[in-house]
Amino acid sequence: MKRGSRLVMATLAFGIAGGIAALAAAAGDTTPGDAASATESNGLWTDKQGAPTYHIGKDGTVDWGTLVGFLRYSDSCLRCHGPDGLGSSYAPDLTQALKQITYSQFIADVAGGIKAVNTSQQLVMPAFADDKNVMCFIQEIYSYLKARSDGAVGRGRPAKTEPAPKGFDEASYKCLGIPQ
Amino acid sequence: MKCTGTWVGSAAFGLVAGLLLAGPTAWGQAAGGGTSAPGPTPGPSLAQAASNPDNWAMPSLNDAATRYSPLKQINASNASHLQVAWTFSTGVLRGHEGQPLVIGDVMYLVTPFPNTVYALDLNHDERIMWQYTPTQNPDVIPVMCCDTVNRGVAYGDGKIILHQADNTVVALSAQTGKEVWKTPLASYKEGATGTDAPLVVGNKVIVGVSGGEFGVQGFIAALDISDGHMLWKAFSEGPDNQILFDSHTTSLGKPVGANTGVDSWKGDQWKIGGGDTWGWYSYDPKLHLLYYGSGNPSTWNPVQRPGDNKWSMTIFARDIDTGVAKWVYQMTPHDQWDYDGVNEMILADLRVDGREVPALVHFDRNGLSYVLNRANGELIAAHKYDPSVNWTTGVDMNKSSPNYGRPEVVAQYAPGSKGANVNYTGICPAALGNKDEQPAAFDPQTQLFYIPTNHVCMDYEPYPVAYTAGQPYVGATLSMFPGPGGYMGRFIAFDPVTGKTAWAINDQFSDWGGALTTAGGVVFYGTLKGYLQAVDAKTGKELYSFKTPSGIIGNVMTYMHGGKQYVAVLSGVGGWAGIGLAAGLTDPHAGLGAVGGYAALKDYTALGGQLTVFALPGS
Repeated sequence: MKRGSRLVMATLAFGIAGGIAALAAAAGDTTPGDAASATESNGLWTDKQGAPTYHIGKDGTVDWGTLVGFLRYSDSCLRCHGPDGLGSSYAPDLTQALKQITYSQFIADVAGGIKAVNTSQQLVMPAFADDKNVMCFIQEIYSYLKARSDGAVGRGRPAKTEPAPKGFDEASYKCLGIPQ
Repeated sequence: MKCTGTWVGSAAFGLVAGLLLAGPTAWGQAAGGGTSAPGPTPGPSLAQAASNPDNWAMPSLNDAATRYSPLKQINASNASHLQVAWTFSTGVLRGHEGQPLVIGDVMYLVTPFPNTVYALDLNHDERIMWQYTPTQNPDVIPVMCCDTVNRGVAYGDGKIILHQADNTVVALSAQTGKEVWKTPLASYKEGATGTDAPLVVGNKVIVGVSGGEFGVQGFIAALDISDGHMLWKAFSEGPDNQILFDSHTTSLGKPVGANTGVDSWKGDQWKIGGGDTWGWYSYDPKLHLLYYGSGNPSTWNPVQRPGDNKWSMTIFARDIDTGVAKWVYQMTPHDQWDYDGVNEMILADLRVDGREVPALVHFDRNGLSYVLNRANGELIAAHKYDPSVNWTTGVDMNKSSPNYGRPEVVAQYAPGSKGANVNYTGICPAALGNKDEQPAAFDPQTQLFYIPTNHVCMDYEPYPVAYTAGQPYVGATLSMFPGPGGYMGRFIAFDPVTGKTAWAINDQFSDWGGALTTAGGVVFYGTLKGYLQAVDAKTGKELYSFKTPSGIIGNVMTYMHGGKQYVAVLSGVGGWAGIGLAAGLTDPHAGLGAVGGYAALKDYTALGGQLTVFALPGS
């Protein structure tokens, strides 16, 4: 738990979203838990406990952070966990796994990796702590997987999405350390 | 990054990891004798073993990679009577690509990670003569893009050659399973892994490297089969002294010029440029040339690597003794789709316009079949072998055109044509290609090629990514969906000279098992649902079908033992097929009517690892 919290702090400092600008969720929109208390900053929604979450408008428009999560999931996670978080012959179904773990545990697992190697299985998830492609977007990836796990977002690329917030591309390049 | 391979003799590895159960059982015609002599007892030479049609002595059966067996006890009239003769559990539940070898009275096979090698005594109830499990750090597991597969061991000089997952090549005594030598290649800590079946040519072991999704600078290497030391190593991109090009290296009949492996990249991108060589290798003993293909350039975001990215996506012909490239042909310059060029190069003498041509035939991931003159690299024919291919209108065959030999790219289906962060939709084929590593077979009797194919399309959305050594280096999201018609696989009989399909069998899922064709007029292949299929080579008519315990991504092989012909295949769903298709595909463009999606592979088959061997009844 301790390790998890430390990682959350590190990630928030590292991530591209953050800041505290707040927008109350409109009634009728879909966010998990206490919708009224979810807030948005730079396209990323956060729940009362500070965990990233998703936000789906009345007309089905999916928030920007969740879309980014879909894209970056495919970059770094799909090759083992399969399309749309649904698992594969190689690694577990994350739409189920996310029901079992907290955000802190999620961060700890992604950053530190998981090993289950014994006579009956050889499952190894690598540690992504040094992988900017993952850690720059870890909050967005969580939002996306949470939305998939809650059944709020279907398979494939969300059809209707919020536009990118201003400065998103610049912030992405900066976090990734890629010259534009 | 020059040749850095180190090698150690058997003395340093005196401790045997193998389990030696008994003395020699079965050495067939050229058996050695003694049980007590240290070190390997000479078995038959590879040339001797491969010339006996009863054996399956090389991963692709022969130098030419035809997978055509002259055996004909099983034929189109009696194949319907096939039955299971025996089975063997490998003890591993991951994707089982590749095929066993049979030399004399012994079968050799290798499992996915941890890469256990088994020698089975065919004379005594398939008893385990010896088994060998290397000690490998499990950290290699997640570095293997798309499952911990291995495509088979090779034989030569009385040794079984294994390219294990952590990128170490090991030679084992074929008789005892004891390590003879061990050569580490590039480091898995930087994403370089081993999945390929080595090719043995004379005193050389040819091996490549996997790691295109980790930015590994691809190379092919020749090791000395006697002690494992590196004879030469040739990269896919980089300066001429790394890629082993000289002033005589040609492409489409013209010298390629200097420094092409650097100048066709922006800055130092070539150093993390991929072009990995994890596919199949073939060899022409008359021309003295080795043939293979290189994979995708890294990253998958084409905007980050402007230029032709030479020599990724390229067919190479290299001198077997020096490694120097005689000719090259880049099929997909500046790849924007992940269409690796690593599929097998089948060497066949074909009639083209009334003359016989020493041809190299290749069915590429990009959906095009290529026929080249394997002596000089002349491009003879290029056709789409799946009707859905839409990223190109075809290859420019006009010799006076400045674009001669290049594919004409359709901008709408070229991710990167409008920059990154754009979703390019409806591209066919998908990144897994119309055919992946699953090998095709060539039948000299019908003059047809039998090809297991994928019929899958995709949306592709590239975006910027950062490189970190040993971490995935991808940079694109792709959503796959079944091709036109709503099915995902086709098993076809095809003529690459004319581009005509003689017959096709549509399949619900991709056909990811390698093909075998035989003088008995029977073609065999396996399906992802787990069926071993036998069909008539002339018509495609189904002769026999049997559901094995797990999905098939292995390659069917055949051998003769005790006067009886056997057909064998590994089951064990996995690989990229198991990852991409486990949950089924959905079509994002089909609208609300498609809710529920397509069939999920996991509804039909579960993990397994089994060899199933078939024969006709009676003795």
